[in-house]
Amino acid sequence: MVAYIVRRTLLMAVTLIGMSIIIFALLRLVPGNIADILFDSAGFVDPAEKAALEDELGLSDPIPLQYWHWISGLLQGDLGFSYVSELPAIDEIAPRIPITAKLAALALFFSVLFGLPLGVISAVKQNTPLDYFLRVISLSGLSLPSFWLALLILMAFVTWFGTIPIYTDPPDNLWDELLLYSIPAAAVGFRSSALIMRLTRSSMLEVLRQDYIRTAKAKGASDRSVNYGHALGNAVLPVVTIIGIEAAFLIGGLIVTETVFNIPGIARFLVEAIQWRDYPIVQNLVMFIGVIVVLTNFLVDLLYVSLDPRIKYE
Amino acid sequence: MAIKPIDHAAELSKAGAGVESRLGKAWFLAKSYPLGAVGLFLFLGLLFTGIFADVLAPMDPVKTNADTSLQGPGGQHMLGADMMGRDLLSRIIHGARISLAVGLGSTILGCSFGVIIGLASGYLLGWFDLITQRIIDIMQALPLLVMALVMAASLGPSLENTVIAISIPLVPHVARVIRSNTLSLREMPFVEAAKAIGMSETRIAVKHVLPNTLAPLIVLATAQLGAAILTEASLSFLGLGIPEPHPSWGRMLSESAAEYVRTAPWLVIFPGIAISLAVFGANLLGDAVRDILDPRQRS
Repeated sequence: MVAYIVRRTLLMAVTLIGMSIIIFALLRLVPGNIADILFDSAGFVDPAEKAALEDELGLSDPIPLQYWHWISGLLQGDLGFSYVSELPAIDEIAPRIPITAKLAALALFFSVLFGLPLGVISAVKQNTPLDYFLRVISLSGLSLPSFWLALLILMAFVTWFGTIPIYTDPPDNLWDELLLYSIPAAAVGFRSSALIMRLTRSSMLEVLRQDYIRTAKAKGASDRSVNYGHALGNAVLPVVTIIGIEAAFLIGGLIVTETVFNIPGIARFLVEAIQWRDYPIVQNLVMFIGVIVVLTNFLVDLLYVSLDPRIKYE
Repeated sequence: MAIKPIDHAAELSKAGAGVESRLGKAWFLAKSYPLGAVGLFLFLGLLFTGIFADVLAPMDPVKTNADTSLQGPGGQHMLGADMMGRDLLSRIIHGARISLAVGLGSTILGCSFGVIIGLASGYLLGWFDLITQRIIDIMQALPLLVMALVMAASLGPSLENTVIAISIPLVPHVARVIRSNTLSLREMPFVEAAKAIGMSETRIAVKHVLPNTLAPLIVLATAQLGAAILTEASLSFLGLGIPEPHPSWGRMLSESAAEYVRTAPWLVIFPGIAISLAVFGANLLGDAVRDILDPRQRS
């Protein structure tokens, strides 16, 4: 087990280093940096002034050197400066993390709350009208763009309450905060719950086909006991593994949802930074997302071992 | 408990016995996979609309008209007009072409590269496989939309670049599936037989292994189609996909969408329905194709 953890940690380090190189290269392969954008919008271009700005921002250094500056800084906790606000990148990013984290946690909570039971029901009632209905609902959950769902929710609020639940000031107390976040979280969570529901259903069906289930039935165990006593525990296991996929999935949903609801989290910030070619922000944020996804997958794998005694990592 | 006699005729017809004609086969499949039939219908609708957009659209999708700015549905504009007075219905019809082009284009591009890399990786093994596997790990650690966002931003907004930006995150996904298929196929007796009669490795890979990866590839491609259409809509919504004046569904919802929620709800509702139906159709079709071609994964 210890050997496994060590190996996985090393592999994670390799993945993250590779990721940093790919992100860095992607952002610099193409022409056009912040200096171009600023000077293009100004109309008049003084080459000397532009070169001075590029020098100041370190954009004229050779690319490998730029990469080294970034990585060595990153390891010391120095993320560089935002080109746009000229504040340290860490000061721009750090306050936004809790906002997105709360939103993501709430969305994950919603998605498990609805996805898991509905997936089980769908499997137990396989090929009944209820199953068909739930499957169509879950598939439409995967088909509705989350930003459109968010816009429809805003529309419903305008129609019924005359206001829109859009983020303006930081909420005063926990209750307000929960109320404010729960609506966008539901919009993101709906999509994720559809994913969980589909996986739970197919996993449950898989388990229900197994011999020990037939044995239990043959011994006269009630449907309820077979479905919930024998099958559910084993069916839920593979669903745990997808929480890792879910992390990646949620971030995709958060990007558009934070934009629609005007929530100042890191997902919306990433889009803004990309539009401005604010490299220090973009590369650090993408890296941060990568770290989260890789770490989640690692933790899920470890969790899996403790949940399923049949699995042993050597 | 009385034993129910087996109705042989009914059981046989349920299993599809006696279905001969092509039309009969299609009808049998449609009856067995009703949701898949709905998906195929929606997809064909999208295909038809995209191809014949010029004929179907009542007006020019890019012609602006200050007089009809934000005009509601009904009258001259069946679904209303946008800020620039352009006919929404015509824009949605032409948007089908964009969605289709990006959806199919990026799926085909992503799958082609994925197949080449996956096949080479699973067949050559060694250091090539090791390096590609690491790169695939890295690419899969980033969410599809984040990857597409960074790609789209660094390539710049255009139709071709959007196709490329969406296809690249698909590559590792496809490559991984094709690789694992290739790994099991290369141990098959027919590959051994081909080797025994002196066939070259390249010829075996292309002539014998590749055709056998077709079924999982079709399953993957149809499953990815919906995701590709959705990603295009999201990118365009965020202003990093298809540029103006192209009528992209996602773009129609962008920027002032939160404002239109109050003032011009039709501009929010109709493009969203179009995206949802297209993706829903592709997803239904993908599920049915998987059930038909890959019985082990049958849901």
